Amino acid sequence: MGEAGSWRSPHRLALLALGVATVIFLVGPMLVVIPMSFTGAKILSWPPVGFSFQWYAKMLEDPQWSRGFLNSMQVATLTAIVSTILGTLAALGIVRGRFPGKGIANALILSPLIVPVIIIAIGFFAFYSITRLTGSLPGLVLAHTALAVPFVVINVGTVLRTMDRNLELAAASLGADPVRTFWRVTFPIILPGVFAGALFAFITSWDEVVVSIFMTSTRFRTLPVEMWEQVRQVVDPTVAAVATVVMVVTTTLLLFVLVARRRVPVR
Amino acid sequence: MTADTPALVLGGVRKRFGEFTAVDGVDLEVRRGEFITLLGPSGSGKTTTLRMIAGFLTQDEGSIRIAGEEMTRVPPYRRDVGMVFQNYALFPHMTAAQNIAFPLQMRNVGHDERRLRVAEALELVKLASFGDRYPRQLSGGQQQRIALARAIVFRPRLLLMDEPLGALDKKLREALQLEILRISRQLESTVVYVTHDQEEALVMSDRIAIFDKGQIQQLGTGEDLYERPTSVFVADFVGESNMLRGRLERDGDGMWLHRGAWRWQVDPTIAGAPGLGDGVAAALVVRPEHLRVVAIDAPKDGANGVDAAVTEVLYLGPTRKIELALPDGVAAVVRQPAGTEGDWRPGDRVRLEWSVDRAVVVPDPAGDAPVAPDTPQLEATPPDAPRPAA
Repeated sequence: MGEAGSWRSPHRLALLALGVATVIFLVGPMLVVIPMSFTGAKILSWPPVGFSFQWYAKMLEDPQWSRGFLNSMQVATLTAIVSTILGTLAALGIVRGRFPGKGIANALILSPLIVPVIIIAIGFFAFYSITRLTGSLPGLVLAHTALAVPFVVINVGTVLRTMDRNLELAAASLGADPVRTFWRVTFPIILPGVFAGALFAFITSWDEVVVSIFMTSTRFRTLPVEMWEQVRQVVDPTVAAVATVVMVVTTTLLLFVLVARRRVPVR
Repeated sequence: MTADTPALVLGGVRKRFGEFTAVDGVDLEVRRGEFITLLGPSGSGKTTTLRMIAGFLTQDEGSIRIAGEEMTRVPPYRRDVGMVFQNYALFPHMTAAQNIAFPLQMRNVGHDERRLRVAEALELVKLASFGDRYPRQLSGGQQQRIALARAIVFRPRLLLMDEPLGALDKKLREALQLEILRISRQLESTVVYVTHDQEEALVMSDRIAIFDKGQIQQLGTGEDLYERPTSVFVADFVGESNMLRGRLERDGDGMWLHRGAWRWQVDPTIAGAPGLGDGVAAALVVRPEHLRVVAIDAPKDGANGVDAAVTEVLYLGPTRKIELALPDGVAAVVRQPAGTEGDWRPGDRVRLEWSVDRAVVVPDPAGDAPVAPDTPQLEATPPDAPRPAA
């Protein structure tokens, strides 16, 4: 590209400064939680005072946190499984299929990305009150699945669209029926997209709070809902420790997504 | 299937995409062991025809029979037809050997026999030591060899190839042409090959089907097509040609092509050919190597001729190419073996002559346009078009 010193030009420096400022603005508020979780003070405050692991210890001692953690893991895992299966099938239908109303089907599947979450939450609450699914594990998994399916459809759809159509035709000419073509050829090739979609689905459920508030009960709470309740009642630094754990889980999964994306075949 | 059941029969095959008729009534019979090429410009229907044979598309009308068996309702995976694609279409997540083993696995061939046949196939395409490589670790030519091995390892009843060498450079293309020929002859495969490269078609094929506008314009050996084209399109598409357009007229025992004040004698027996006869618009086709250049004042020995002016003389090693302009400015081209007598220079006034038996007459549906008298029109196809090795 340019010469060795060109990145030091005033334009480049201004661009760099803007970029760094943007990243700090976006990420900074989240990172603030981490030092806060190690505070020695008794209340959630900034700047942190001293250093201690006491809030992590408290988090582990308190059964409501570990229950919330396990509930969230369970809901997110089931959501990832259900939405990956449904989303992959939907992506296959939308990318490969030819049927009337395809555009409408696609728009409906992706609509949870656009509709405000609070509206979705109220809708689910009303619908589930009739069907008595509120406050149950299957109810929350289904609601989260509706939110997560678009991410699977987008990820799988992208890989399917870039996949060479001739590979499936070649498999057919070599004697593979449609089912075997899918498992032996299509699925291995779209697997990175399926994997990325599954992780996004997991994360979508893992940190979802709005719909969860409506769908959970005192007997069954996910971790974000537990955090929400705690922050409203006691301003206790334990919630910062929990937040740190939640972020670590999410970030780790996103790193997996990045690795998976890099493995998508070029052709 | 008896020995003389044709490997493939297409009967009245038609395919429309919306308003566009891609294939418009194709009839074709391919003998067992025959190498047949579908040759034509892009959009002429050749690839659509191939895809219908493979079963990737279903024809709107007509029948496709492979080894005597009607294929219309048979899905591609039960047609037992090998296919090679222009972009190789190797499975990127499988090694070369796994790619080749795939059709055998689909046919439940046992593990030991599978290994043996994969090794044989790799040997056949001269890539015996490349079985463990992934497609991305192979060059384009190597990938296409593996794709060929994959398409023949299960001994399909038909081998279909869709411009398999289109993505390769010239040198590699020529080497692989011979390789494909060798392998298909060794296995006695029946091959249907699609290309738009006429040189490739002439080198490889037993017979060539020239496609245009969704129809087979002519079917024959390379020599048939070059020496005996039956239409203006084929004369123009295959090799270089000089074309004189006019109207056929019988005169006593002879048959003549009239063009304004000019007339040229043609073989009278052509009158029986389809589309030809007294009073019909026709074109007289003379290949560049069948035209003689003589001095304008040389004695006429009864041969056909037309006046011309030399515009360019090109030395091409074994041959010499002379470009000329007729009185009305239309270009003509002559090819001579190097060493032919006559040292022509640009600007020389000459006469072009040809013997009656070297001229082919074809119907000229577009030849009814009125022409100014005294302007014989000798048209030439683009001089750069490749010509047969013969």
